[in-house]
Amino acid sequence: MSEVEKQAAVDYSQFPDSRGHFGPYGGKFVSETLMPALEELEQMYTRLKDDPAFQAEFDKDLAHYVGRPSPLYHAERWSEQLGGAQIYLKREDLNHTGAHKVNNTIGQALLAKYSGKSRIIAETGAGQHGVASATVAARLGLKCEVYMGAEDVQRQALNVYRMKLLGAEVHAVESGSRTLKDAMNEAMRDWVTNVDDTFYIIGTVAGPHPYPQLVRDFQCVIGREARQQCLDMTGRLPDALVACVGGGSNAIGLFHPFLSDDSVRIYGVEAGGYGVETGQHAAPLNDGIPGVLHGNRTYLMEDEDGQIIETHSVSAGLDYPGVGPEHSWLKDIGRAEYVAINDDEAMDAFRTLTRVEGIMPALESSHALAYAAKLAKTMSKDETIVVNLSGRGDKDILTVAAIDGIEV
Amino acid sequence: MNRIESCLNQARQDGRKALVAYIVNGDPVPEATLTTMHAMVETGVDIIELGVPFSDPMAEGPVIALGHERALANKTSLKSTMAVVKEFRQTNNHTPVVLMGYANPVERMGYQTFAQNAGDAGVDGLLTVDLPAEEAGPLNQELKKVGIENIFLLAPTTTPERADTIMGVASGFLYYVSLKGVTGAGHLDVTSVEEKLAAWRGRTELPICVGFGIKDADTAKAIARTADGAVVGSVLVDAMGKAADQSAEDIAKAVCDLLQPIRAGLDELKD
Ligand SMILES: Cc1ncc(COP(=O)(O)O)c(C=O)c1O
Repeated sequence: MSEVEKQAAVDYSQFPDSRGHFGPYGGKFVSETLMPALEELEQMYTRLKDDPAFQAEFDKDLAHYVGRPSPLYHAERWSEQLGGAQIYLKREDLNHTGAHKVNNTIGQALLAKYSGKSRIIAETGAGQHGVASATVAARLGLKCEVYMGAEDVQRQALNVYRMKLLGAEVHAVESGSRTLKDAMNEAMRDWVTNVDDTFYIIGTVAGPHPYPQLVRDFQCVIGREARQQCLDMTGRLPDALVACVGGGSNAIGLFHPFLSDDSVRIYGVEAGGYGVETGQHAAPLNDGIPGVLHGNRTYLMEDEDGQIIETHSVSAGLDYPGVGPEHSWLKDIGRAEYVAINDDEAMDAFRTLTRVEGIMPALESSHALAYAAKLAKTMSKDETIVVNLSGRGDKDILTVAAIDGIEV
Repeated sequence: MNRIESCLNQARQDGRKALVAYIVNGDPVPEATLTTMHAMVETGVDIIELGVPFSDPMAEGPVIALGHERALANKTSLKSTMAVVKEFRQTNNHTPVVLMGYANPVERMGYQTFAQNAGDAGVDGLLTVDLPAEEAGPLNQELKKVGIENIFLLAPTTTPERADTIMGVASGFLYYVSLKGVTGAGHLDVTSVEEKLAAWRGRTELPICVGFGIKDADTAKAIARTADGAVVGSVLVDAMGKAADQSAEDIAKAVCDLLQPIRAGLDELKD
């Protein structure tokens, strides 16, 4: 079989399979109490996802509340300076609440509404998903509680206050490494206790089935729009896609509608922290091993005893030892390539985009930008790269100021 | 016959309720575990559940989660847990030991290696909190080869269809989680447990032990009226944490002081 035929043989729309697996990854690894809740969610989602009324409601909210479609912006000046491929930015930073996260929370809030549950919980790292959850909860009049690692509560203080203004209760999680993974543990504990009246809005394409599937489906609006916009603006498909990967929701949202377009190269960018070689990073696809955490089988950062190890990234939204199971699978089958960008490279990209294009990116997105800049230089001027600018950088100003030694 | 089966058969024959005690290996200090295991047997514990610490114990409440953190700080691992069981077996060949933990350490060791080592060490059962029946097939195969029972949880939310799936793969005993919540939660509802157990009894011959929310003789007795055994965990781990700076013997004593009245309470139910 030729390379082309081999790739054409994969029908990406058929994944996950009926048990929630992407090849060996994914699945449902939770305690028994939650299994029936997941089955219920799965049944409801299977029914609603092909229901035109549900889709129409989702699309309407995306258009009038989120402000979609988000623009695809040709960063001409930056591309010119880099001297290689033309870089186009998918402007998820312009969404209501400032990141791609809201695409998913709008979708899951609709599911919560249909399920009749009165209370929403969420975990959050950078606080973007927490803000997006608090936002949809405010709009639907639902009670919202957000779990956030105590360390993240400190480094994302602005988002904590935003959530409180929106009426959400924020719980600082003091256990373990006090970051996103511990927030997720605590949210799971809440869910197991309050499963009757509570809808858990997971913020990325991780967690047990059906979350990786439904979060992906809600985020795919990014890639569908970008594909059409690129065709309209350049007359052809992009040559490469680049997105940062924390849990992987903005990345899969961009990638998925292009998976069958064999000519499109796909790059996911993990957080290299102080450098992958230092071990202090958050790049499980670069330097991890498959295991089971938070309800699914996927690449993880762990020690030789199978204990999850602490991660490091300058960006709270990427500071997670796991990754969505579909990315693990795309890595193994070779459809996407996963690379790492270090803290300081991301910081440089943050500053560059701000000064050259007048767009202040989130530190998460800055990882994608930094890799795109490297990649562009290896490509010709008539090639194009679409970068997912997953969020705006306002939330990170205090972090950047601290690095600069400035008190704001 | 596997130790779990003979232990619970014997208890049924004697009209005696099984006392199942959970502690975390390596908590609060590594020396305490073996001493406490032997002392618990002396106090009338029938089955020992030995917690394998995990960095992300999602189903545990704050008390047991802290136990896991202490054990990990003491460098306890799945490997060292099997070594403790092996040592326990040097002088105790009758008390069943069930390892209770999370999937990832077992995944990391590899199912086959785990099963062989656990079998060699004298482990009788495995309860993996986050490995539901749907995902347990490959591990189950390996456990069967070495005669280790795979213990599964039933929950208040478990539907009859799911119960049948679980009962189809479970062996040893079933562990009914008495409430919706994490370990150590306080809202035990005895009537609802009785109703559920009656329903499960119609579907399985396996013994059913009940855990979560049992903290003293009264709660243990109330539960054991309908269950084959009562599982006590959080109160023991709490006591061990508080006794952390004492000798292994004193830590074991703190645990047994709690278990004694529970044992006595259960024995009042003897028919
Ligand atoms: C702006 C932004 N980008 C990316 C991420 C990473 O999440 P994911 O990989 O799911 O897109 C976050 C998470 O908080 C975020 O806020």
